[in-house]
Amino acid sequence: MGEGELKLLGTWGSPFAIRVRIVLNQKEVKYEYFEEDLTNKSELLLKYNPIHKKIPVLVHNGRSVCESLVILQYIDEAWSKSGSSVIPTDPYERAMARFWAAYIDDKVIQALLGILKATTEEEKTYKISETMSVMELLEEAFEKCSKGKTFFGGDTIGFLDVTLGSYLTWLKAAEKLSELILLDETKFPKLVEWTEQFLSTDCVKEIMPEVEKAEEFITKTLKPRWAAASSK
Amino acid sequence: MVPNSEVRLFGMWASPAVWRVEWALKMKGIEFEYIEEDVSDKSSSLLMYNPINKQVPVLVHNGKPIVESLVILEYIDETWNDKPILPVDSYERAKARFWATFVDVKCREAARKSFFGEGEERENGIENLEIQLKALDEELEGKKFFAGNSIGYTDLVVGWMAFWLGVAEEAGDFKAVNSSKFPFFTAWIENFLQDPLIKNNLPPRDKTVEFFRLFRQAGSCAKANVK
Repeated sequence: MGEGELKLLGTWGSPFAIRVRIVLNQKEVKYEYFEEDLTNKSELLLKYNPIHKKIPVLVHNGRSVCESLVILQYIDEAWSKSGSSVIPTDPYERAMARFWAAYIDDKVIQALLGILKATTEEEKTYKISETMSVMELLEEAFEKCSKGKTFFGGDTIGFLDVTLGSYLTWLKAAEKLSELILLDETKFPKLVEWTEQFLSTDCVKEIMPEVEKAEEFITKTLKPRWAAASSK
Repeated sequence: MVPNSEVRLFGMWASPAVWRVEWALKMKGIEFEYIEEDVSDKSSSLLMYNPINKQVPVLVHNGKPIVESLVILEYIDETWNDKPILPVDSYERAKARFWATFVDVKCREAARKSFFGEGEERENGIENLEIQLKALDEELEGKKFFAGNSIGYTDLVVGWMAFWLGVAEEAGDFKAVNSSKFPFFTAWIENFLQDPLIKNNLPPRDKTVEFFRLFRQAGSCAKANVK
């Protein structure tokens, strides 16, 4: 099942691509990686994701799979014998994992962008408190899903670990640039512990970009882009 | 059949997300208790079972709640796993999930703009809807249903566009679905709505159009009040 030619189109910083790469790494699956320039999309990207023209795109034996959470489930099924299972096997736990993954993708980017893009102190304070509410829920979700173990997925990293974990570089960059602490161990002790465990896992360490690179990208590319867009 | 199974569905009569769960339950022959929610005055049960989003549908299986209609559909398929609704092949399953996100995020947003929007926003919404309908039309070429000869997961998920999009077009006075531009999609709408499972499991059309008309008015008032 999990044989044949495998390509992955992604970008170094995209949480959606990062999570796919971590899982492929964990399963020790070999693939050809293509770093995309989203300001100048390649023929390959336009061919394999004509509808959205977005990364990540997994191309397995010439057939493309799009949407990161869909890709993760596909990899789990196609390489079910390699490494540990990404998504839980019990239907109720799978439903919880799918629910929380959708919640994370809905809330986390908006929260971080809200803080970084805030133009007044008032707005920034508001966005920070919104982010704290999200993190409170995630701390609770971690307790329920991990059942006392190290990761959301239990003893090994799983669907929710990579979904949330893929944002960590950007979260830490936002903390440094905005001079605040989001991963506060007095408020979210389990999440903070989980962050350390997650980031020190081999299959993660090799893929996660450096926080400095993310900070530089925000400062030199994103912030000017946002400023230009808002002055139009 | 899952023995000793208590299944309850919290819903709202006009909601497409609720109906797609009902279709799935009926397709599988699962007995369930339906509880109609007044979404302007939510019950304590609903708030207990779905404290985060406080929305319907909520499926409660043996006391455990599952929320978000797409998550519920997969849960139903995996728990009552005879007569699968999702494709068996992994690649086909990935495609089905892709279409689900496509219609629930992209098409819904475009429909929302077309329905509630005015001027440029509305035009933009309709333009996007037409691009999306083209993609769905191409996917349907040579097929009676997205799933092949009979209804499957993708059909249930796109199903809101067979009925509620038409309702929105009428209540919102716009047009996007065009039989000459999207012949396969138009044919699919016919086939889908005529299928015995769906035909007998839809809200009354007139009542739904009226509901959407009021909903649209409320939306405009809300916009006018937010300067």
